[in-house]
Amino acid sequence: MSDRSAHLGLADSEAISARAAEFIVEQQTGEWSEAEEAALAAWIAESSANRIAYWKLEAAWDRTRRIAALKPSRRGARLAEIGRRVWPVLSRTAAAVALVCAGGAAAFYYLHRPAQEQMYSTTVGGHETLALDDGSRIELNTDTAIRIAMTGKNRKVWLDRGEAYFDIRHDAARPFVVMAGNARVTDLGTKFTVRREEKRLNVSLIEGRAQLENGEAGDNARSAVLKPGDVAVATRDTVAITRKRDQVLKDALGWRRGVLVFEDTELSAAAQEFNRYNRKKVVVADAHTAHLRIGGTFPSTNVDAFADAAEAILGLHVRYRGNDIVISR
Amino acid sequence: MSDTSDTSREDVTPRAREAGRMSAPDLRDWFLANVLPLEASLVRFLRRNWRNDSDIPDLLHETYVRVYDSAQRELPDNAKAFAFATAQNLLTDLVRREKVVPIEAASELDALDVALDEPGPDRKIIARDELRRLQLALDNLPPRAREAIVLRQVEGLTRREVAQRMQITERTVKWHLTEGLRALAKALYGDVRGSS
Repeated sequence: MSDRSAHLGLADSEAISARAAEFIVEQQTGEWSEAEEAALAAWIAESSANRIAYWKLEAAWDRTRRIAALKPSRRGARLAEIGRRVWPVLSRTAAAVALVCAGGAAAFYYLHRPAQEQMYSTTVGGHETLALDDGSRIELNTDTAIRIAMTGKNRKVWLDRGEAYFDIRHDAARPFVVMAGNARVTDLGTKFTVRREEKRLNVSLIEGRAQLENGEAGDNARSAVLKPGDVAVATRDTVAITRKRDQVLKDALGWRRGVLVFEDTELSAAAQEFNRYNRKKVVVADAHTAHLRIGGTFPSTNVDAFADAAEAILGLHVRYRGNDIVISR
Repeated sequence: MSDTSDTSREDVTPRAREAGRMSAPDLRDWFLANVLPLEASLVRFLRRNWRNDSDIPDLLHETYVRVYDSAQRELPDNAKAFAFATAQNLLTDLVRREKVVPIEAASELDALDVALDEPGPDRKIIARDELRRLQLALDNLPPRAREAIVLRQVEGLTRREVAQRMQITERTVKWHLTEGLRALAKALYGDVRGSS
C-alpha cells in the first residue's frame, strides 16, 4: 500500500511504476532470461495496476526510439548530414523537420558535453551505490544529493543534502575532498560517512584516516584528523569528537543494508530516524511517549512494522491520520 | 472520440461490442491509443477536483485500472467520456467513504463538461507535439540519465558499452535508464506545463 495514498485505499502508483520501469530496462538492455520473463508475466498477471504501468512505460520506451531516427551513420557525423538523412522520412511539414534538427543538435550536445560536475540524488527511502572510475565507491542514503567533479589533479564531492558512505581509493597525488557546507573532509585512505543535517554535520570514520576542516579555510579553520571509531559533530562554530564502540558505528551503517538499528533509543529519536526514509511520517503525540525507549532492527521503509512494535511491545496506541502515524499513550 | 456532442451520463456507460471481448493485445492497443493520451487532461481534471496534489498519481492510476477492468468486460463507445466519468466516480466514491474530507463540497465535480469540450487532437499536431514533448522531456532529465538514454537510444550502444563510455557500473547505468524512462513517461503522457 502507498505511503502517500494509503489513506485512500489506493495502490502505490510510484512503486508500481518503478518496478515496471525496472522490468522494461532489464528486458530491453539486459540479458533477459526465461526466468525473468516468467517473473514479469506473473507480476503483470498480479493486478491490472501492474499491467497498465507496464504498458505505459513500455510505450514510452518505444516512443523514445524516435530520437534513434537521428542516429548518425558514423560517429562524429555532422548535423547537416543527419538533417539530410531524416528529411525524406519526416518532410511532411517544415516545422517537423526543424524540430527534428533541433532534437539532433541537442542529442549531440548531450553526447559531447564536457564531463564536469555530475549530480546524483536519491529520493526519500532511496539507496544507491556509485562506482567511480578511480575504484572508489559512494553509497547514497535516503533523500541525498551530491555533485562529483573529477579532474586529473583532484576529486571533489559536494554533499548538498543527506548522508553518504565513502569508500575511497587513496591517491596522494589526487586528493579526495568531500565538501558539506562550511566543512571539508579530506581522505587520507578511508572509509567514512558524512551526514548533513540542517545545523550540523556528522562524520563517522570507519577505516583509515581523514582530515576534517570546519569553517572558512584560513584563519578560523578548525582542523582534526579522524581515526577509526571517531565520530565528529561539527556545527557552525564547533567540532566535537567522540569515540564510539565498533558495534555502535556498525548499527549506524544499518541503512546500507536497508535497516535501522536501535539500541535503547528514545522513541522520538527513532521516529525522527524513520521519517528520513518515509513519506508516511511517525508523529509521537506526547512527551511521556517520546522518552520511552525502544530497541531492535527494522526495515527502514517499513514504518508500519515499527508502529506495530511500539503498539505490541510498549503498549502504545497507534492511529492513522492522513499520511501520519500517530503514536500516543 | 470524434463525437463529443452528446455528453449526457447515459451515453458514457459502456456498451458491449457485438464482437464480444477483445483479445489482450487489442485491448492493449485500444488502451494506448484511446486512454493514455488523455493523461494530461485527466490530471488537470483530478487536480481541479481534489485537494491533495500528492494523491494525483495514485488517483490517475486507479482511474486507469477502473477503465481497463471495465473495458475488459465491455468496451466503452466513447473512451474519453468514459475515462472522465470513471475519474469522477472514483472521487465520489472516496468522498462517500468518508475516509477523506472533500474539497469545498464536491461542487466542482461537474467540471466534467469542460474537459470534454477540448478539441480532438489533430494528427499533425500530435506528431509535432510528440517531438516537442520528447525534446522537453530530454531537456528535463538529470544529466546522467539523459546521457545514458541518449547513448542507448541514439547511439544504440549496449548497456555494457554505455557503462564503459560513462565510466560507471552497469548497475548504475540500469538505474539511470530506469529513472530516465520514468521521467520520460511522465513528460510524454503528462501535462507538458508541469509534472503529472
